[in-house]
Amino acid sequence: MSEGLLPAGWELVVGLEVHVELQTTTKMWCGCSTDFGDEPNTNVCPVCAGLPGALPVPNRQAVEDATLLGLSLNGQVAPRCRFHRKNYFYPDLAKNYQISQYDVPLIHDGHLDVEVAVGTDDGTGDRYETRRIRIERLHMEEDTGKSLHVGETGRLHGADRSLIDYNRCGIPLLEVVSRPDIHDPATAQAYLRELQSIVRATGVSDARMEEGSIRCDANVSVRRTGDELGTRTEIKNLNSVRSLGRAVSYEAQRQVAVLEDGGTIRMETRHWDESTGVTEILRVKESVTDYRYFPDPDLVEILSPAERVEAIRTRVPELPAAARARLDAAGVPREAAVTVVAGGSLPVYDEAVAAGADPAGVANWLTGDVAGQLTAAEVTLEESGLTGAHLAELLALIDDGTLSNKLGKQVLTAMVERRGTDGPARIADDLGLKQVSDEGELRGIVEDVVAGNPDTVADIRGGNQKAIGALVGQVMKATKGQADPRKTNELLRELISG
Amino acid sequence: MSLSPDEVRHVARLARLSLTDDEVEALAPQLSEILGYADRVGEVAAEDVEPTTHPFALTDVDRLDERRPSLERAELLAGAPQVEQNRFAVPRIVSEEG
Repeated sequence: MSEGLLPAGWELVVGLEVHVELQTTTKMWCGCSTDFGDEPNTNVCPVCAGLPGALPVPNRQAVEDATLLGLSLNGQVAPRCRFHRKNYFYPDLAKNYQISQYDVPLIHDGHLDVEVAVGTDDGTGDRYETRRIRIERLHMEEDTGKSLHVGETGRLHGADRSLIDYNRCGIPLLEVVSRPDIHDPATAQAYLRELQSIVRATGVSDARMEEGSIRCDANVSVRRTGDELGTRTEIKNLNSVRSLGRAVSYEAQRQVAVLEDGGTIRMETRHWDESTGVTEILRVKESVTDYRYFPDPDLVEILSPAERVEAIRTRVPELPAAARARLDAAGVPREAAVTVVAGGSLPVYDEAVAAGADPAGVANWLTGDVAGQLTAAEVTLEESGLTGAHLAELLALIDDGTLSNKLGKQVLTAMVERRGTDGPARIADDLGLKQVSDEGELRGIVEDVVAGNPDTVADIRGGNQKAIGALVGQVMKATKGQADPRKTNELLRELISG
Repeated sequence: MSLSPDEVRHVARLARLSLTDDEVEALAPQLSEILGYADRVGEVAAEDVEPTTHPFALTDVDRLDERRPSLERAELLAGAPQVEQNRFAVPRIVSEEG
């Protein structure tokens, strides 16, 4: 919990609106490409440019993807739903209205269970608590174009003009609206992370915050414990899970300070500034009636008959919570299980375990050395070509003593460098990496080292056991790091004590 | 259904129209009359008639997720009052006052 965030007697209330860009091939209402990073204004047609007379036609795949995510969030699918126009003037949407859903969204009444770390009473460690956050609705809408603010500062405030690229305009967007069931920043962060994992598990989006394919706005209010809900502000520009936590904490404290000072909170949209750590007013929120929602006469109702919904339900994947429970049962430590599941390395984990590798060992490598190598090589797991079968083979080579842990890491580096074209045995062969564990060969080397370092040997015999490390180092140097450390230690102790 | 001058001003602001006081005075009764005309639909709406937003008995008009050609960029930008860096240049979006 976040004890100490607010003065006693105050409660924080947060609801989150999360926008997910669906990874369809084409936009929501037209056949323009959704590719990220194309030259500006090259994926634009009369429909997404809002030219008069152009008619939108919904993308069937987007509706099915939205349904799949809705079912994965335990939602109910509306048998019929429709689209409305949300009218407002903003240049990133050329039509001057956004096609969205209003009274009948595609999905309603879902929920998401999040696990939040809570300190144990005796302070000995973390305990996890499950909290259910209700989801009010998921509705389909369209993304807006991208604005580039030019002028002195390059930022929104102080810009003298904006340059608009409509490539993103019309990409299918799903808005996931939670109920105000969140009462501390850590739960808000856990909800966003869990939602991100679920989106990835369904495959409807890569849900990358840094690329904007998942975005989060927070509705924040405070109240005196037991009171009615207070007036909320909407916080935008949250670019990471960390920003969300910081912004919610800041905004809650700001509101309490205003109210305790006798002031009032206005319903407004505020902009989070990551560098200064404060929220600033962006605009006073237009009321819902000011958006003049009305049914879009260009579009007809979408039906979701039970048989279609059930067919999509069969595609609901194993969800992150179930995957974590499965890894937990296989003996994988909790932190590693969380990272494997959220980080998208579950398929590789499953393949390695199926190939006979130890689950905890696989998870440990994936979250440790593999993650480190990928970061160093600046590639994703997929781009690295690393397969579960290769990882299992590597672990087997370490297990049977062919490779030490250290040599294993060198082999892993080469596996990533070669993008999975060669397996670990082949690479170890190529690089001449093989642990020296042959007793005779190693004994000769150890004997030389003991004979060459009489002072250190005397030191060890005098009781300084730590000094043995220096001799192990010498053996490693003589074998180019390929000596079996366990056997080296054994031989050293034997020769010194003998 | 009658619109007050203040309501006319509010709707005009939402539509980004600037109206003189004389125009507001003239438009208030005209708009009220139009709304009254639309209200007549309510006189014939019956419980057994489903509300509808268009006259077609169509549902599920959709398309497959297949690409179609976009406009040539030059053609798209030809209609823009001002172009900069291959983008539509517009006045700054938010004023300093917020």
